[in-house]
Amino acid sequence: MKLFRVMTVGIAAAVTALAIGGVAKAEEKLKVGFVYCCPVGDLGWSYEHDKGRKAIEEAFGDRVETSFVESVSDGPDAERVIRQLAQNGNDMVFTTSFGFMNPTVKVAKSFGKVKFEHATGFKRGANVATYSSRFYEGRHILGLIAGRMTTSNTVGYVASFPIPEVVRGINAAFLAARSVNPKVQFKVIWVNTWFDPGKEADAARALIDQGADILMQHTDSPAAMKIAEDAGIHAFGQASDMSRFGPNAQMTAIIDNWAPYYVARVKAALDGEWKSEDTWGGFSTGMVALAPYNANLPAKVVAEAEAARKAIAAGTLHPFTGPLNRQDGSVWLKAGETASDGDLLGMNFYVEGIEGSVPQ
Amino acid sequence: MIRLERRPETSRIMLWLTPVLALVLTILVGMVLFAMLGKDPLQTVAVIFVSPFSDLYNLSELLVKATPLILIAIGLSLGFRAGIWNIGAEGQFTIGALAGGAVGLAFHGTDGLWLMPLMWITGCAAGMAWAAIPAFLRTRFGANEILVSLMLVYVATLLLSALVTGPLRDPDGFNFPESRLFEGSAAMPLLMEGTRAHIGFFAALVAAFVAWLLLGRHVVGFQIRLLGEAPRAARFAGFVEARVIWFCLLVSGGLAGLAGLFEATGPVGQLVPSLPVGYGFTAIIVAFLGRLNPLGIIIAGFVMAVTYLGGEAAEITMQLPNAVTAVFQGLLLFFLLGMDVLSTYRFRLRRRVREVA
Repeated sequence: MKLFRVMTVGIAAAVTALAIGGVAKAEEKLKVGFVYCCPVGDLGWSYEHDKGRKAIEEAFGDRVETSFVESVSDGPDAERVIRQLAQNGNDMVFTTSFGFMNPTVKVAKSFGKVKFEHATGFKRGANVATYSSRFYEGRHILGLIAGRMTTSNTVGYVASFPIPEVVRGINAAFLAARSVNPKVQFKVIWVNTWFDPGKEADAARALIDQGADILMQHTDSPAAMKIAEDAGIHAFGQASDMSRFGPNAQMTAIIDNWAPYYVARVKAALDGEWKSEDTWGGFSTGMVALAPYNANLPAKVVAEAEAARKAIAAGTLHPFTGPLNRQDGSVWLKAGETASDGDLLGMNFYVEGIEGSVPQ
Repeated sequence: MIRLERRPETSRIMLWLTPVLALVLTILVGMVLFAMLGKDPLQTVAVIFVSPFSDLYNLSELLVKATPLILIAIGLSLGFRAGIWNIGAEGQFTIGALAGGAVGLAFHGTDGLWLMPLMWITGCAAGMAWAAIPAFLRTRFGANEILVSLMLVYVATLLLSALVTGPLRDPDGFNFPESRLFEGSAAMPLLMEGTRAHIGFFAALVAAFVAWLLLGRHVVGFQIRLLGEAPRAARFAGFVEARVIWFCLLVSGGLAGLAGLFEATGPVGQLVPSLPVGYGFTAIIVAFLGRLNPLGIIIAGFVMAVTYLGGEAAEITMQLPNAVTAVFQGLLLFFLLGMDVLSTYRFRLRRRVREVA
């Protein structure tokens, strides 16, 4: 019993010493930690977050110190990694995958002074902010281009998981494509993974066999792009510029650009003005960007796409504007009405005209 | 010339010495690797092996990581001794979590001490049922249990994703594929407030103790060992192979199911598609690392846990790439298993001259 007490006191002393050390250090530099779901070299999701981390270092130099942990699965390990980052004296921790939501909220409760930022989630706290991007704005542009460029009137879509984010992207792209080409059809294949080049390639081949002459993807590897290039058809890059895998195939790509958000949030923390809030940025904030249009696109199509991008950024165009029906024919949005963020965040239905069903 | 010669008897000293030797070799090779990457080799090794023991929280996390590994490996070791290869513990783990978790979710909001035991029983029974499929197909049709149990892992994983995107989905979760959190009576009781170490660790210890009793003191244990070491003799002795197959698969499935339920209601706290992270497969390594011996498995479970936690700590504090910590873990396993050769074989020096003569 006595030994136990001595040990407890000793540990408490050690922890206090560490904590004081951490605070002293924090006054010199703001320590910022990142948790990634995937390897940083994957050219997709985590790679773009890491570019955001590097942007922080570039912007603030000696005033910040960043570190990251990659390939953290969103199962039981996430909580420990997040806690250790907080314990190691990080003043700010960015957890960059949806699966880190509950662990982030849990750890945040025991580290009141650490500022947590969770990507793509919906649970906030006094020291937990959330952020995501309106990728559907980018999908609208891809849809416009796809609708104009397809000759078989069939667009193939490699989808990951049937979560609102992905369903929303399919709907946004489909509506835009239909708006310029009433005959266009979407074929969707669910691969149930974010990153699996083999599966993604199989899905891409199957879609081409079903007549698709344009491929879209909501998975991270460049596999589909490579196959589109080999088959001589068109495709869109995902998360980052994939043109080196498809110099002729890639028409453009949605680029996840986290840098402006990360720099702004770190600046707020440095200035003592950080608050927990929810950010959902799109074209207007620069968080969603497009890769350069391929030179082989007709100038008319590029002009139309650019006009739409500018209108969305200016707030004069919303990709989900009524009249819109759900797939089952029921009314979702009346004429002139635009979708609320709540509706968009929980979207689990296809809009009218899409074939097939959302896996439930 | 150096030759390997089989020892007449397994060396007791070597049995205990080889793990130490393996550890030293791993550290040396690891240090070269770290130095090549431009990291301070001594500091990196220190972080890997010291940080998991540095405070109460890290110690508790060792328990969190080791508990499912030990629990599953104990069950698997029985079958492995008898030559029955249940490779699908990952699937039984998943089904156990799914079934037991579903019971917890069905009684969401109700309190009662009866709920947790009910979930344990369901999880365990579901794991058994999943393992009963390969047992039935093997005993009835002679189907290979390695393939059947392995394939059922994929079925279980997909079933989990299907159910958390459907009926078990959190109604307030914006349609994301995850269940409600397990709360109150449906949450695993913790060993210590503020940590994630849960009472499942005792279940692992009990399982190890029972397995030790069974193997050393009970006729079932004798049958298992005999079937593995001398199957013909076992048949002559009148042991029914089918009974041993059923027994081993049901026990390993039940323990894996229990481990899955513990994991879902404890450290993870909800059903998510990414719940199975490979404990069922890692436990196979743990079982062999522990030499299929219950005490050895407990130690091996902790060794694996240390390499995981230490690797994570090195990634955080030393900014070591994830791939390098994985290589380091691989090195440790490679040397641990490779050094085994020393306990059953010995090196002999032979002069070439004598061979010529």
